[in-house]
Amino acid sequence: MSAVACRVIGASCRRGDREVLRDVSLDVEHGRVLALVGPNGAGKSSLLGLLAADLHPSAGRVEILGRDAQSWRPRDLAVRRSVLLQANEVSFAFSVADVVEMGRSPWLGRSDAEEDQRAIENAVERADIRHLLDRPFTALSGGEKARASLARVLAQDAEVVLLDEPTAALDLRHQEEVMVVARELADRGRAVVVVLHDLSVAAAYADRVAVVDAGRLVAHGRPHEVLTPERVEATYGIAVHVVRTPDFHLSVIPQRGSSRPPQFPDNVSP
Amino acid sequence: MTRRVGVVGTLVLLLLTGVIASAAHGQLAVSGQQVVGTLLHGMGLDTGWRPDDDTLVRTLWYIRFPRVALSLLVGAALAVSGAVMQAVFGNPLAEPGVVGVSAGAGLGAATAIAFGITAGGSWTVAGMAFVGALAATLLVYMTARAAGRTDVVTLLLTGIAVNAIAGAGLALVMFAGDSGSREQIVFWQLGTMNGTRWVEVLVVLIVAGPATVVAVALSRSYDLLALGERTATHLGVRVELLRVSSIVLVTLLAAVGVAFAGIIAFVGLVVPHAVRMVLGPAHSSLLLVSALGGAVLLVWADLLARTLVAGADLPIGLFTALVGGPFFFYLIRRSRRRLGSWA
Repeated sequence: MSAVACRVIGASCRRGDREVLRDVSLDVEHGRVLALVGPNGAGKSSLLGLLAADLHPSAGRVEILGRDAQSWRPRDLAVRRSVLLQANEVSFAFSVADVVEMGRSPWLGRSDAEEDQRAIENAVERADIRHLLDRPFTALSGGEKARASLARVLAQDAEVVLLDEPTAALDLRHQEEVMVVARELADRGRAVVVVLHDLSVAAAYADRVAVVDAGRLVAHGRPHEVLTPERVEATYGIAVHVVRTPDFHLSVIPQRGSSRPPQFPDNVSP
Repeated sequence: MTRRVGVVGTLVLLLLTGVIASAAHGQLAVSGQQVVGTLLHGMGLDTGWRPDDDTLVRTLWYIRFPRVALSLLVGAALAVSGAVMQAVFGNPLAEPGVVGVSAGAGLGAATAIAFGITAGGSWTVAGMAFVGALAATLLVYMTARAAGRTDVVTLLLTGIAVNAIAGAGLALVMFAGDSGSREQIVFWQLGTMNGTRWVEVLVVLIVAGPATVVAVALSRSYDLLALGERTATHLGVRVELLRVSSIVLVTLLAAVGVAFAGIIAFVGLVVPHAVRMVLGPAHSSLLLVSALGGAVLLVWADLLARTLVAGADLPIGLFTALVGGPFFFYLIRRSRRRLGSWA
């Protein structure tokens, strides 16, 4: 019963002379986490750029919430979709609190102060950055910057949330926490698109996985349908084990062979 | 908040004392009280402090007040222009003087002076300065920016190139002009407020006033632009429109200052930086307080220029460069330390 939030219809995308996406069709639904996976340079970020209305399709169409992506006024779109980019730098020494508050700026004149405050509080809580609020953004570590920027995106409180590798710079715990946040957003009816590299993370948290390879959408479906050893090997060029973890998630692990001796004592051959 | 009040209060105090001291100083002795009296009289308040000597009154109104007013306006215009440029380039080292916009304006204005172009009356020099500044700004903008940011090296190298081109043009203009205009250009190039007339003050006010108001109105967008162009777009900023209008603002503000006061470098660098250190980077306070700070800096610099050597009117650009040069050096050292190396 998921309603479509964004629709990519036969879209191609050129950047310079290179066609980075070719004839991609994909629906993004409310209430679901969609993971975009694929090798480096496959076109995942470009696909996200199309969904964000940053990039124009050179062929085909992109619709956001029922309207052509390019027909939205920037401010109207800004209260409906939020984007977390891979790299997040801030030019001047704005405090983290300032940066998070900037996420509310599209709502200027559309929400009251109390609502703004609630959204900011909530975002700070979920991105776990309360202790960073007074620090200058420019002085943060890479992972802290990513979380502060995530808080900014959460404060924006949009229906469509696009996250480009939100877990890349994060430690193990914060990786999981960010994905839990993405999951919660979807459970509250938001449409969430996440570009991910870790296929196990995608399998554990996404409702749908879309595999992009060399500018084409090569698979799209539920994690266990899409993330088969054959598909992963064909896409990434590496053999993997797809195993079930003790807590019943899929986990995708490269086959590492026996070039190194096994590390578990009980596996050591007698 | 209290901090902002304190800073603004201090600056206003410095501004008032600077205005009075500057107007009181000169060949004819005038006391501070007489200056205040004359000013209040001009506003319709009679205090009895106004000097009875008509020569003094006329000296104040026709020679000293225009000069003080011009230094205030030009200081404010240059500081705001620097702050806007830094916002658009996402780089605290951007400044009209450093990147060659002032030199471009200088070339335009010098052309008008050397060839005696007077087609637009008082507006001619300003208009030509604007054309030169716009050409320089566009050149810097198109060559130095990549992906919405400008790294320090590219910015400075572009500045060197633009300054060199404008310098060559200036030399050519001086070569082509007669010796009278040559001397005029040389002195004007160093920056001076000498011989300011009210009509010039009016031109600066008409251009810089609205431009500053527009810049302040855009301050929220400049804040968002600090997040990068794409993110600013995601937050609803029309980045393309913002950039184009900001370029026009920077150019107007720098050109109008250069046209009537010569090349006064580093005001747009030092003032916004100092304000950022004290009040933080939010652009609404940055732009307003920078305008105030720029006015204070130039009114005092102009006073120093006139008093340091008895009987001589030193170029004001000399002072701002004397303070600004080492400061710029410090900024470069600091950003280099932060980045590790220039890559």
